[in-house]
Amino acid sequence: LLRSSQPLTGPNRRRSREDEQLLGAMLAPGERGFVLDTRSAQAAKQARISGGGTEHKSAYPGWRRLHRALDRGRVLQDSFSRLVELCSDPAVTMERWLGRLDSSRWLSHVKAALSTACLAAQCLDREGGTVLVHGAEGTDTTLLVTALAQLILDPACRTLEGFQGLLEREWIQAGHPFQLRCARSASSHARGKQEAPVFLLFLDCVWQLSRQFPLSLEFGEQLLLTLFDNAYASAYGTFLCNNERERSLCKVKESTHSLWAWLQQPEEKHKYLNPLYSHNPLVIWPSVEPQSIQLWQGFFLRWVRPSQPLEEAWGQIQRLVQGS
Amino acid sequence: MEHIRMPKVENVRLLDRLSSRRAVVGTLYLTATHVIFVENGSETRKETWVLHSQISSIEKQATTATGCPLLIRCKNFQVIHLVIPQERDCHDVYISLIRLARPVKYEELYCFSFNPKLDKEEREQGWKLVDLNEEYNRMGVPNSYWQISDVNRDYGVCDSYPTEVYVPKSATAHIIVGSSKFRSRRRFPALSYYCKGNNASICRSSQPLSGFSARCLEDEQMLQAIRKANPGSDFIYVVDTRPKLNAMANRAAGKGYENEDNYSNIKFQFIGIENIHVMRNSLQKMLEVCELKSPSMSDFLWGLENSGWLKHIKAIMDAGIFIAKAVAEEGVSVLVHCSDGWDRTAQVCSVASLLLDPYYRTMKGFMVLIEKDWVSFGHKFNHRYGNLDGDPKEISPVIDQFIECVWQLMEQFPCAFEFNERFLIHIQHHIYSCQFGNFLCNSQKERRELKIKERTYSLWAHLWKNRADYLNPLYRSDHSQTQGTLHPQIAPCNFLYKFWSGMYNRFEKGLHPRQSVTDYLMAVKEETQQLEEELEVLQERLANLQKSQSGNNKVKSKQQDRSKQFGLYTSNNSLANTPQEYSSDLKSFPSRSPSQGDEDSALILTQDNLKSSDPDLSANSDQESGVEDLSCRSPSGGGCLPSEDSGKDSDEAVFLAG
Repeated sequence: LLRSSQPLTGPNRRRSREDEQLLGAMLAPGERGFVLDTRSAQAAKQARISGGGTEHKSAYPGWRRLHRALDRGRVLQDSFSRLVELCSDPAVTMERWLGRLDSSRWLSHVKAALSTACLAAQCLDREGGTVLVHGAEGTDTTLLVTALAQLILDPACRTLEGFQGLLEREWIQAGHPFQLRCARSASSHARGKQEAPVFLLFLDCVWQLSRQFPLSLEFGEQLLLTLFDNAYASAYGTFLCNNERERSLCKVKESTHSLWAWLQQPEEKHKYLNPLYSHNPLVIWPSVEPQSIQLWQGFFLRWVRPSQPLEEAWGQIQRLVQGS
Repeated sequence: MEHIRMPKVENVRLLDRLSSRRAVVGTLYLTATHVIFVENGSETRKETWVLHSQISSIEKQATTATGCPLLIRCKNFQVIHLVIPQERDCHDVYISLIRLARPVKYEELYCFSFNPKLDKEEREQGWKLVDLNEEYNRMGVPNSYWQISDVNRDYGVCDSYPTEVYVPKSATAHIIVGSSKFRSRRRFPALSYYCKGNNASICRSSQPLSGFSARCLEDEQMLQAIRKANPGSDFIYVVDTRPKLNAMANRAAGKGYENEDNYSNIKFQFIGIENIHVMRNSLQKMLEVCELKSPSMSDFLWGLENSGWLKHIKAIMDAGIFIAKAVAEEGVSVLVHCSDGWDRTAQVCSVASLLLDPYYRTMKGFMVLIEKDWVSFGHKFNHRYGNLDGDPKEISPVIDQFIECVWQLMEQFPCAFEFNERFLIHIQHHIYSCQFGNFLCNSQKERRELKIKERTYSLWAHLWKNRADYLNPLYRSDHSQTQGTLHPQIAPCNFLYKFWSGMYNRFEKGLHPRQSVTDYLMAVKEETQQLEEELEVLQERLANLQKSQSGNNKVKSKQQDRSKQFGLYTSNNSLANTPQEYSSDLKSFPSRSPSQGDEDSALILTQDNLKSSDPDLSANSDQESGVEDLSCRSPSGGGCLPSEDSGKDSDEAVFLAG
């Protein structure tokens, strides 16, 4: 599984021998390659005008290009805002609820993200091919897809430690611009152009996986909520800045504490573990049918839904699993 | 057997809604009681059994190159999509099924030939499992305010009521008879639930025949009697579960609702639940959404909203909540009615009772609740669920809605119910299956005339025998959620109503969480219990050893690491591991240029090699209680067919939000 940003083909169909050699070298003899472009074919074509573009078939033999349009940026931000607004609107009647839920399009984004990740996973696991994922910049939907695909494929990523490693690798070090994306909240009126809840979309997809495979993730919902919180405002330096270079310039490692270190402490760790977890060595293939994708109430209705019965249920689960 | 034109057809294809790749070929059989599809293929020979009673509709579609398609839609939401090679065969099957699915006589139903090999004594015992007299006694009646009345002993007063009803002490036979003449179908006010703690009660009836101005002294006295039976309150609520407009329209037909001016000390309330026709259409629309091929999120959400289904569920729930509040918090008695008092009234009374009394949240209590508010009070099972061929306008998913309300509550209160989702699904299944005699006919009177108890078996006994499958591992009788009244959040609460894919997509295993938390926890519980028993035994032995020794060497018994102990639970991981359809969702990505189409279709994933690791998902049209049916199926004594344990429902992962 590889990731990159878009090739700078431009309007004159530039080529780069080095880039072609690199991709050529990625394929073992006889192996198939798939380029999974997270933009629509149309959008990818249009990107050429501003200097971007796609990999041309003849330049990259052995590689097949697939397009799976995933929304990002402003579209995603608006979707998020609409959903948050809906969830805090006291006047919504049952008659309007589902329609407005759909109008926010958030669940459609979740479905699309999961489907694309599954597609990438299928190419790797079932077709035995190599997959290169990129969008435009390679910092948003690209990471969404690669991180989710790994969760689906690799049981090691589903442990608490493995998941933290996945986040470090695929989001933080890969350069997802947290500072720009998670600058303000959904309800803020002063929204920056660069804001987008891509990381939240990822967390939502992880939650969907945990709902469909309740026994296969070592961590629970509380971890996802904590990660969300810390991406926006944190006592720790883990999600600061936009990339490793900025972190190095700001001396983040020298002047702040790591969120991971805190989570690893035994008195903290147990809060985030899933008592139902048991190691599942197989690939977990989620269903992306609409019935299988649900609103993440624990997040969107966090302060609104009655928590007591559910807390009691988890308490009971803990008790059962640990023995009387 | 005379209705079967074609008992056997070969080379029939069984299609899968979600994936055309999962089609299987097999042989179709028609018997007197079932339609059976047996897969070809040496190892598995998977079977799908469908009871004729379950068949809701059969659709023959236009013949294509591959054959003649036949869709069998079932009342338990299974949809069987067959393709029969010869059009003539298909037609014969179609005609046979039409007749078989519409029995004319009760004797044609499966319950009269079903033979679980129990003796007469066991059959009788099975029917005695649920005893309503015991139930009323448990509630605390008869007492100084309530008495049992046998005025209806020969069904002379009301033929859809039971022979024994509970009425207020001050309601004489004269008052009852008078009131019954003023009520639609003679269904006079009678006790449904009595709250020992504060003497408040829930009573039920049908609408009064008041028209615009008619009055009836006895009926007014009846309501007064109900009020007087609760000294803690000086008024009663009268709840009409219909929309106001409908109730007013009824007045023009000489029926209607209670006028507060005529009935002293009542507070009247409309709740606004729609009628059976609206509900039938609502379900129909929702099922159409379920049958969409590759729906987008929008298709699904809009389709669901347009059906209005969840809105109706919420309306029923809101009514139950209102009544439960009136009884528990205000200590005021409530008289509930709709038009005829056998549909919405039953729904609302049973939801309210469930909220009020934790007993009804136990397995036994739930059976008792259905027996009381649905069976004994004359809910028209035959008309509503089509035991026999009848008026299609009478068909309506009334009890289905009640069962769904219970499921919605289970999702909100995971620790409050002794039973699990599978219990509800199996009950729904058997209401339509006519395999047992509990839900036949339209009234107690009809069932007695048919001698149901002597000629059929009780579902309750069957469920009770298998109760280990139906337990909720999170249930504890000493838990706060299981004491007293349940208080569902009233607002905001739209989000609390979820689509029940476990029921409406029951047979599409790929849609559900592939790992069952319930089953896992039950296995854990069992294992813990076994280990504890073992521990006890070991400790005893140790104590004995120590006694017989000099006492110097202490042997430490090892506490085994619990977390590694779940060897007995075979976490059925193979169920999890089939990729679903990811590449067929062409609708969402209209921007794909035609030249791209080829790239994708080249990605035909070979599912065939998966069959061995995933026998369950490859043909996901398992007949659920086919598992139970298998052990007691064929009246003609056909051999015992492979019982596939994987037929167990994967229960909705309820708790995952915590």
